[in-house]
Amino acid sequence: MARSDVQLMLDVKAGDETSFALLLQRYRSPLANFLYRMVRNREQAEDLAQEVFLRVYRAREEYVPSAKFTTWLFRIATNLALNSVRDNRYQRLEVSLDAPVVADAEEGDEKTLDVPEKHPNIEQHLVEEARAQMIRHAIDKLPEKQRAAVLLHKYQELDYAEISKILQCSESALKSLLFRAYETLRVELAPLVARQAK
Amino acid sequence: METKILAYVDGRLKDNERLDFEKHLAGCAACKLRATEFRAVSSLLDELPQIEPSEAFDLRVHALVAAEPARRSWWSWLAVSPRAAFAAAMLLLAMAWISTRPEPGVVVAEQDLPVVENADYDVISNFAPLSDLSQASDDDDEGDTGSGAGAMVTQ
Repeated sequence: MARSDVQLMLDVKAGDETSFALLLQRYRSPLANFLYRMVRNREQAEDLAQEVFLRVYRAREEYVPSAKFTTWLFRIATNLALNSVRDNRYQRLEVSLDAPVVADAEEGDEKTLDVPEKHPNIEQHLVEEARAQMIRHAIDKLPEKQRAAVLLHKYQELDYAEISKILQCSESALKSLLFRAYETLRVELAPLVARQAK
Repeated sequence: METKILAYVDGRLKDNERLDFEKHLAGCAACKLRATEFRAVSSLLDELPQIEPSEAFDLRVHALVAAEPARRSWWSWLAVSPRAAFAAAMLLLAMAWISTRPEPGVVVAEQDLPVVENADYDVISNFAPLSDLSQASDDDDEGDTGSGAGAMVTQ
């Protein structure tokens, strides 16, 4: 039976390095995706994800399982992402999500959009590319905290209580935050939403 | 009511809340439309592809972790190093000794004067260097040998 996150972390605290490797394996992808969508730069997202794991490791001796491990993990990640976005430290290095999706696909990170055999028609491929770009744009336009709330809610599938702890707000404030975010997305994606809703 | 729309779309409402909300939707066209649109937004968000961290990611994390210095508490540091513990104990003793030691000036005034008072006069008077000093003094001028000895001792 797989050990829980908390058990793994307690084992790391006790000096078991393999448990840390298991946690890394379990959360490397969710963290990298969350941070990538927050900071909009792959390289920076990986740097931040590494920093998150390093902070988890550094804090192992003081670790007390008072909350869910994911709450703690994503709280660190969210704080780092919000600080980074606000600091604008990586502005010059930033590769905008406006950049053609093909460029990402060439690097091998967004393979689902780089499947030529699935799109024998180049026109259809371009339409899908534009659609994905529009969705990214809409997410990018959200204020940082709303963006974090949507990403944690939609992609990490964390419950309201957990997300509110991560964002340090009440559950009712979080629900309001998410509602406003979805309202913005609904407006930004209106043409796609209209087609989808039919 | 509007903040429940998203929870309804995501299936996060409890059964009784969901039934209540569905009753509301049956009579509220605006909320019904919004629920449909939010479901469409949610579906669009699903279309975004996932990224995978680069192959070097794990290696870099492990390298960062390996570069971390082993952290010890103060007491474990002392326990692991008996030399450090001994040095610390000696330092504490030295500090205690220094703090209890009287000032040098006070030592002369309080400890040497009783010695002079209780000194055996014969010992002092037969002490050769003092005798010589006394004679030399007498040769130069008619000074007091006793006061000279006292001055020497108290200096």
